[in-house]
Amino acid sequence: MIRLEKLHVRAGDFCLSDISLEIPKGQYGVLMGKTGSGKTTVLEAICGLKEVLSGKVFFDGYDVTHARAGARGIDFVPQDTTLFSTMTVQGHLSFGPSIQRWSRKEIAERVEELADCLGIRSLLKRKPYGLSGGERQRVSLGRALAVRPQILCLDEPLSALDEDTQGEMRDLIRRMVRENDITTLHITHSRAEAEEMADCIFRLEDGSLKQ
Amino acid sequence: MTPPRTEGNGGGFPLRTGNSFEVQSPHKVKSPTPKVRSDFPFYSAILGVSGIYLLLILGMLVADVWYTSTNVSVREISSILRNEYIRSSVRLTLVTCTVTAILSILVAVPTGYLLSRYQFRGKTLIDAVLDIPIVLPPLVVGLSLLLLFNKMPPWGPSFEKMLGGNFTYNVPAVILSQFTVACAFAVRTMRNTFDQISPRAEQVALTLGCNRGRAFCFIVVPEAWRGISTAGTLAWTRAMGEFGPILVFAGAIRGKTEVLSSSVFLEVSVGNLEGAVVVSLMMVTIAIIVLVAVRMWDKGSREDFYHD
Repeated sequence: MIRLEKLHVRAGDFCLSDISLEIPKGQYGVLMGKTGSGKTTVLEAICGLKEVLSGKVFFDGYDVTHARAGARGIDFVPQDTTLFSTMTVQGHLSFGPSIQRWSRKEIAERVEELADCLGIRSLLKRKPYGLSGGERQRVSLGRALAVRPQILCLDEPLSALDEDTQGEMRDLIRRMVRENDITTLHITHSRAEAEEMADCIFRLEDGSLKQ
Repeated sequence: MTPPRTEGNGGGFPLRTGNSFEVQSPHKVKSPTPKVRSDFPFYSAILGVSGIYLLLILGMLVADVWYTSTNVSVREISSILRNEYIRSSVRLTLVTCTVTAILSILVAVPTGYLLSRYQFRGKTLIDAVLDIPIVLPPLVVGLSLLLLFNKMPPWGPSFEKMLGGNFTYNVPAVILSQFTVACAFAVRTMRNTFDQISPRAEQVALTLGCNRGRAFCFIVVPEAWRGISTAGTLAWTRAMGEFGPILVFAGAIRGKTEVLSSSVFLEVSVGNLEGAVVVSLMMVTIAIIVLVAVRMWDKGSREDFYHD
């Protein structure tokens, strides 16, 4: 469960105030708003990458407002995927588990499992350069899901994809979060995307949130 | 060089007709191929200007080679290369430049990262202070180092005495003289490198459980590797060319603090222009070998970066 209580954060040269929302456990929340409305800032505050001026962030009932990003159990799929350019696809999938000191056997099993689920087995030895938009998005999703997060934040995950690939990725994301019972916050400016994927929709307008 | 293809004019763009510009709708375009002036003056200008500078650089090298080949016999070259002082100068140059390059990287990577990623009070001032070694006249850098080590602190024994009196006019002074200037160039390079790397990748690593240090080592350093190799090369070659600070702070003592740049100075000062030119050509050769080696290594690592 994600709950924001009267969150107040600075977004560039304006402030977002009184941001309150609740996404029940296992539900798929979509945050909509125009470009520059501060959607990504809300997401950064939830992930612990942006200082919160006031208000609270709760995950599954725990106050994580001031917890460090890595200690929140939340994972992040950034806009434009931001893959690690020097790392192989396999390296991406095993990065989180190895940082969290999983055993070699567990890491290998998790990489195999994700490679099959995401359909990227043939890419495991490749580096990000030359991967297509859809392949990059799968790798980015796999990197976030590898550590079995309770909560997942997706920043415009479909915006850079062509229509066919968008459809595939939409189904894949929905399937993966349902199977793993992950509470999700998805950011988009597309109404169609929001209506198709969301259990609950929030709109960010003029610095405040409307449900 | 192939000039970029000139596209036909799209609707609604200003079209040049006679001596005035007017906006025309797509349906009223009179000529499907509007007249565009030649690109020849533009290409001539950029090629001409860059060509003049290239000629200056190549001209200097050709002059060195020509003078050596017409005025210095092979026997003289061989005797200069076998000279004990010149050999010791080559060894000291290779060692001090390598130490300087390593020290510069160790300082430039964290400093460049700090300046690139964080906003703090006094940042503009610190940024300007880091440029001082670049803008100060080289002799002033040497004199300032000499004063710092021999007249400071104003109370108690000087830094020179604290270090056992073996710093000024010794090899450590050569390295510090080179480092003071070379590191400033390395810091600039590293800052530009980090500016071009999006902080997003580090942020993803943070959400996956890294602390700042691990995100830096596992994500930022590998991504910045090419910038680090450029900064190292720049520091190395810069250190080899350093002379002013070395002359004042370490002296040009034959066989003791003599590096190749001091050798050129010493040979010229005793009227041995031939010796000076041969040593200069050695420096040119060493610089080219270092640059080519780093470029080749860098190319190899780039191919590795793109493919597996």
